Amino acid sequence: MKVKISPICPESSLNLGGVILIRGEDFKEVPDIPEVRNAVDKGYLEVLKEEKKKTKSVKKEGSEVLVFAEQRNNKIARVVFELLGKARELADKLNVKLATILLTEKDNGLSNQLIQYGADRVYLAENSLLKNYQTELYTKVIVEHIKKTKPQIVIYGATNIGRDLAPRIAQRITTGLTADCTGLDITEEGLLLQTRPAFGGNIMAQIVCPKHRPQMATIRPGVMKAKEKDKKRNGETIRVEVKISEKDKKTEIIKIIRETKKKVNLEEAKIIVSGGRGLGKKENFKLIEELASLLNAEVGASRAAVDAGWISKEHQVGQTGKTVRPKLYLAIGISGSIQHKAGMQNSDLIIAINKDPEAPIFQIADYGIVDDLFKIVPEMIKQLKQ
Amino acid sequence: MRIIVCIKQVPDTNEVKIDPKKGTLIREGIPTIMNPEDKHALLEAIEIKNKTKGKVIALSMGPPQAEEVLREALALGADEAILLCDRAFAGSDTWATANALGTAIEKIGNYDLLLFGRQAIDGDTAQVGPQTAEFLSIPQITYARKIEIKDNSVIVERQMEDGYEIIRGNLPCLITCTSDINEIEYPTLRGIKQAYRNKKVKVWSADDIKANKSKIGLLNSPTRVKRIFTPQPRGQGQLLRGPTKEVVKKIVNLLKEKELIRAF
Amino acid sequence: MNFDFTPEQLAIKKMIREFAESEIKPYAEEIDKEKKFPEKQLKKLAKLGIMGMTIPEEYGGSQIDCVSQTIIMEELSRVCNSTAVSFGAHTSLACNPITNYGTKEQKEKYLPLLASGKYLGAFSLTEPSAGSDAANIQTTAIRDGDEYIINGSKIFITNGAKADLVNVVAMTDKAKKHNGISIFIVETKTPGFEVGKIEDKLGLCGSCTAELVFKDMRVPKENLLGGIEGQGFKQTMWTLDSGRIGIGAQGVGIAQAAFDESLKYVKEREQFGRKLFKFQAIQFMLSDMAMKIDAARLLCLRAADMKEKGKRYVKEAAMAKLFGSEVAMEVTRKAIQIHGGYGFTKDYPVERFYRDAKITEIYEGTSEIQRLVIAAELLGRGF
Repeated sequence: MKVKISPICPESSLNLGGVILIRGEDFKEVPDIPEVRNAVDKGYLEVLKEEKKKTKSVKKEGSEVLVFAEQRNNKIARVVFELLGKARELADKLNVKLATILLTEKDNGLSNQLIQYGADRVYLAENSLLKNYQTELYTKVIVEHIKKTKPQIVIYGATNIGRDLAPRIAQRITTGLTADCTGLDITEEGLLLQTRPAFGGNIMAQIVCPKHRPQMATIRPGVMKAKEKDKKRNGETIRVEVKISEKDKKTEIIKIIRETKKKVNLEEAKIIVSGGRGLGKKENFKLIEELASLLNAEVGASRAAVDAGWISKEHQVGQTGKTVRPKLYLAIGISGSIQHKAGMQNSDLIIAINKDPEAPIFQIADYGIVDDLFKIVPEMIKQLKQ
Repeated sequence: MRIIVCIKQVPDTNEVKIDPKKGTLIREGIPTIMNPEDKHALLEAIEIKNKTKGKVIALSMGPPQAEEVLREALALGADEAILLCDRAFAGSDTWATANALGTAIEKIGNYDLLLFGRQAIDGDTAQVGPQTAEFLSIPQITYARKIEIKDNSVIVERQMEDGYEIIRGNLPCLITCTSDINEIEYPTLRGIKQAYRNKKVKVWSADDIKANKSKIGLLNSPTRVKRIFTPQPRGQGQLLRGPTKEVVKKIVNLLKEKELIRAF
Repeated sequence: MNFDFTPEQLAIKKMIREFAESEIKPYAEEIDKEKKFPEKQLKKLAKLGIMGMTIPEEYGGSQIDCVSQTIIMEELSRVCNSTAVSFGAHTSLACNPITNYGTKEQKEKYLPLLASGKYLGAFSLTEPSAGSDAANIQTTAIRDGDEYIINGSKIFITNGAKADLVNVVAMTDKAKKHNGISIFIVETKTPGFEVGKIEDKLGLCGSCTAELVFKDMRVPKENLLGGIEGQGFKQTMWTLDSGRIGIGAQGVGIAQAAFDESLKYVKEREQFGRKLFKFQAIQFMLSDMAMKIDAARLLCLRAADMKEKGKRYVKEAAMAKLFGSEVAMEVTRKAIQIHGGYGFTKDYPVERFYRDAKITEIYEGTSEIQRLVIAAELLGRGF
């Protein structure tokens, strides 16, 4: 067949089992060797149309879409319902069942909840050793299950647990995993199209896993929408045989400490009032704090303010700080570097106050006030107090 | 304690700009840095080494210019540095990268602890650590914000969304560190001198580590990037100008409309 | 002729750049506005070994080559000159003479303290009646048994009130004129050492510039630098020569900072329907600024390279200092001009660079002295 390097191939030259191809060259006759097939499957080579052979069709093995139903302290993690919402769409498009797998000590009605939120089937793994997440135990159970039931897609929440578990599984069963997706869809060929941010969200990448199965992805919490709970929904619960023992654990949880509201919780905040270098000095953060308390908001900060020692790192919003999605983000005296934008650009409403009309923050603010913050903020405080 | 730290050279996303016409990342002339969380992991390793009189080996997979971050690692106190450099590794996704790093780590051998940064600021996946741990069949503890060595195990504070866990792991074990684990430090002048005069960076090819060629590189990676684009910019909103009182009034009314504050 | 930095020099440059940006720059405005001595910044520099950059490792220092030293001075000057000059006075004026001329005992006693930053150093030459006319100092040091009794006063001493150790230039034998001058290593806790007036200055506001008064101050004979009387003038000239490169670098750093701000500004500011950088007048100004900064930098690096290689570098150092300071003046003036009215306000940093630049034409040998030094080298007479 005749091929040439396609525009999306990241390399400008390829050596495929001895066959050399250089970008810019016209279609070239090449032997039908595995390395060439591989490259065609990946889309790195364009095949001359008349001779276009159908790429090896994806094996239709066991068709389910599987969602990992993360539970903590016997509560289903909120992200799971969001996952079910999206997975329901995917399963419907593919015309297959939507299943979830739940690892827990005792069901206690959790599987019913999963069904009410859209699952057709709950695989229930009950064992006292599964009460709290432990890498090796959870990996073993889920890998065993995947090998048995061969789902075509498995998705997890991109939580601290999900991001610990999913890669371990992916490596063990040798398949592709895309992290922290903000979008999922099905392509014309029936592949899972995974959209995710990179470079702190300044670039979006679309990923596919053409040959390996299952296709796996972790999904960012707070992005997908959960479906309405349907109390009348029916589904089946299937017990999964759990073959694990104490010996399988390679790490041991000694203690779990749940921290109370005292901690700065930017990720869950509805309103964030954030201060940056424009404040000039540490004492001026009081303005931010006062405004925040009037709005019942959390206090955020740009990296410049944190680096200058005006406020602790827990308040830092940005790529190396926290990523937030509040309903309202007030950026005060913040210039809006790419690094900072990466942390807050998905806020519902962004209002910026900066005396520099050229400040980059104004490019993403819904409302911008070009004025001295030392005039605006006290006036805001005054008017809010009324 | 023999500790191997994996570090990555990444573009400084602080400096990254988007080409306004093409909508693509401008990569030329972008300064490169050691991935911040890898630096935290490295500094942690050095602190542990100082306490236990051990050795720190820095390992990186990258193009030839990645030697710079390995020199920086030496300047910060690493005892040895190894660069995995080979065209065969290019374009690897996280699975393939884990295979390469894992194979190299096996060649280095005899390690007690592996420290990684939790995630890199270009890929943002946080997958390479756990995948490498799986490749080596050793336990993993992710999101570490504090590490203590006790007898032949580690006691780690693992960050959770709503608190933290205290986990014990037997050695050897792989830990991924967050930036909360310590403060950034700079290499001292003496450290830089030693890194460039006395210490060496070893370079290993795929053959040197006898890498399984079918498990590394672009074409063997299970995932494939179909398309890259810049997200729709939010679109510039309104710039409000005018006397302070009125501007603020507009904003306050807006907040009331959106029910972000209660309208009395 | 290799115009590239070595990988080691690049690594040092990267380190100091990152350090300066994160640990010093955020505080520069405060240091200037509140006349705050940059104590924290100097401590951090000490921790990285940078306060000992001129001291050999055998005495606890982290001695680096002269080009690297110049790089560091430029990078520090780029962000905060109060810090840079306090640092420069310590490394160049306090540490260098002892490293170069000290007896073994003096080096062993004082260099480790200076290298670690435990002691902050200073150098006191200037007096009310001895500025450019350095040999006209009136401070006397009279031998009395195992001690010298020092009487006199010094003015405009950088780090004066904050130093733990001061190199004092005094007259031991008036009859011999400048062959009767000696330097004494004085610990400031010595009885008779007093700090007088602290100057309120146009620029470098965070730097401590003080009057020092010596009242029957008794200093052990072991603290006579080098152990032999009458070497002080030569030692002073050598010290100033080597410090000159640093001041040239300071000028370059100030100019570079002003230039960077200007370059940023012209891309943002619009008048007459276009951004400023579209105007040829602005482009010409930027070109001239960039060219002069580059030339000034190359003069400094060349002098540093010659010093490192052990060649006579008196003329080249004087050129570097003279040109660097004049470029700093010109570039900062242009920078404010480019910023227009905004440049004249304290909201923008360029006014601080403008104020800081002036002193570089005066201290460590005025521009007039530099010209005399160069002429003397050209015409073949000793100065």
